[in-house]
Amino acid sequence: MNRVALAILAVACLTGGVESASAQQVSMNGAGATFPYPIYSKWFDEYHKKFPAIQINYQSLGSGAGIQQVTAGTVDFGASDGPMNDEQIKAFEAARHTRILHFPTVLGADVPAYNLPGITAALNFTPEALAGIFLGKITQWNDPAIASANPGVKLPKADIVVVHRSDGSGTTYCWTDYLSKVSPEWEKRAGRGTSIKWPVGLGGKGNEGVSGQIKQTPNSLGYVELIFAIQNKMTYGKMRNAAGQFVAATLDSVSAAAASVKDMPDDFRVSITNPPGSAAYPIATFTWLLIPEKIGDDAKRKAIKTFLEWMLTDGQKLAPALDYAPLPAPVVAKEIKAIQKIQ
Amino acid sequence: MPGSAITAVDARPPGAMPRSLFQRLVSGDRIAYLLTFLCAASVVLVTIALVWELYANSGPSRRQFGLKFLVSSDWDPVAGQFGAAPFIYGTLVTTALAMLIGVPLGVGAAIFLAELAPPGISSGLTFLIELLAAVPSVIIGLLGIFVVIPILRDTVPYLRGALGWMPLFQGPFYGVSLLAAGIVLSIMILPFIISISREVILAVPADQREAALALGATRWEMTWDVVVPYAKKGIVGSIFLALARSLGETMAVTMVVGNTPQIAASLFAPGYSIAAVIANEFAEATGALYQSALVELGLVLFGLTMAINAAARLLVLSTSGKGSA
Repeated sequence: MNRVALAILAVACLTGGVESASAQQVSMNGAGATFPYPIYSKWFDEYHKKFPAIQINYQSLGSGAGIQQVTAGTVDFGASDGPMNDEQIKAFEAARHTRILHFPTVLGADVPAYNLPGITAALNFTPEALAGIFLGKITQWNDPAIASANPGVKLPKADIVVVHRSDGSGTTYCWTDYLSKVSPEWEKRAGRGTSIKWPVGLGGKGNEGVSGQIKQTPNSLGYVELIFAIQNKMTYGKMRNAAGQFVAATLDSVSAAAASVKDMPDDFRVSITNPPGSAAYPIATFTWLLIPEKIGDDAKRKAIKTFLEWMLTDGQKLAPALDYAPLPAPVVAKEIKAIQKIQ
Repeated sequence: MPGSAITAVDARPPGAMPRSLFQRLVSGDRIAYLLTFLCAASVVLVTIALVWELYANSGPSRRQFGLKFLVSSDWDPVAGQFGAAPFIYGTLVTTALAMLIGVPLGVGAAIFLAELAPPGISSGLTFLIELLAAVPSVIIGLLGIFVVIPILRDTVPYLRGALGWMPLFQGPFYGVSLLAAGIVLSIMILPFIISISREVILAVPADQREAALALGATRWEMTWDVVVPYAKKGIVGSIFLALARSLGETMAVTMVVGNTPQIAASLFAPGYSIAAVIANEFAEATGALYQSALVELGLVLFGLTMAINAAARLLVLSTSGKGSA
């Protein structure tokens, strides 16, 4: 018995000694959105190279899982393509006795991608036409609502096959959030969410499922993430924005969407779909890191604060290479101020 | 079996010399009994724990919707309305279709491989078929997208022309559909039916065959009237396994079924299955009611599997009773 106690004591001393020796070594865990995973892993990797003592691990489990895990306290921070709603924030505050901070990291956008045999040009879509198609009220490609925005394009007299995501996703949230803003009928009948009740259409699993169905089905139309559309060389349309301009989704026009948001709220929980700017692409969204306001561990708090500063400055320069739209300068400035809230 | 072994040992008179041996034997039997009992019990425990978890975690949804959950076809996460009917329908239709195609094809192939094919061809084909069982379902799903659906696109117009008077074969066809899902599922269950049925047919004793031949039966009469009825129990068992596999298949179905929660009479229409919707929506399901509705779908699938299996077993029992009488 004595020997066992001695052994336990020895092990305790040993581990205690190791801990105090490596006080500088910080390992943090995060989980959440899949959309920003490539840029996040690039960031955490580059940051680790810069500060070898700080190791940040990220699991791309989905936005919903990110919110759940940060609320349960199983990870140090979460990540989500949609801001936490009031109910989720209440649940977080009840569970963790602190507040949750949202930090936008990069921007994403959804594009209407289609498969029209013989048409490779970027079609123009009005918000009314898009909402009509997804509500099932506009059923044919040569409908005046589509044709009038595309003079000179010979649209077929064919049924539109609508394709949407079947899995819950931030891409769907962004798309339905936009439709809800431009169409009162959409907001009433379908609404916004990561999964919704679709009035029409076929469901594909993931961006790859939707794009697969679009590629295989003539006369189909669906929505995919901009990066996915660029990397897979899909044909996608321009959207008419709130200023009346038809704008193609590019990194610049997506960043412009964030820049043109008036009255950015202090908690950054804001939808930037249908923004007022004339150069802005209207179906865009932030993706956020979710960080608790109070972090008890000194080393972790320091690490996450310095990481945020680096991500907002040097880190942003890494985004375009991976096809992510970087944050516009005013948002970066406001976020750098917000880092002080972490205590 | 352990019981009979114990009585056999107990029947021996306990002497002074063999006592230690006898005790060792008894304790060996007891240990074996205990170990195997624990193995069997753990399976039952896991099943009970599974049902309990599903039941407990579906609480909010059960309280909110009650039995209406089973008949409502409204699945609206935004409005917080959940009904399982379209998913139950899709699961049943795709499985029925898979069994309709897979069972005759599978049993026929098994009979050929076991009884009629030359041995060289039989072992080669059997190897390939068992390989098919090892193909991951996501690959079968891709096969569905890139092979089955394009073929269907070409054949559906003929189907509609020939059988279009039935509601089953009406309406527009987009490729992804209940029909495509049923065909893909039938491909997935074939190796189960074929390889197990083939084994049980091969296990039919040679004297059964010889007796039939001696009575003047042709080779086919011997196979169909003697060998297959003798192997019936095993063949039915393989069909049950295929049924369970088909009801629970997720990935391949979601890739080709269209993921549209609706109840459509036509096989050309897209649908949805219970397993597919759980896999699609669970990761991003936020809110207690939404999550519990998905868990309740799991409970429904479990119940559905139990009910279908029980019904099928009863059917087999009643028919085999008549057969032997």
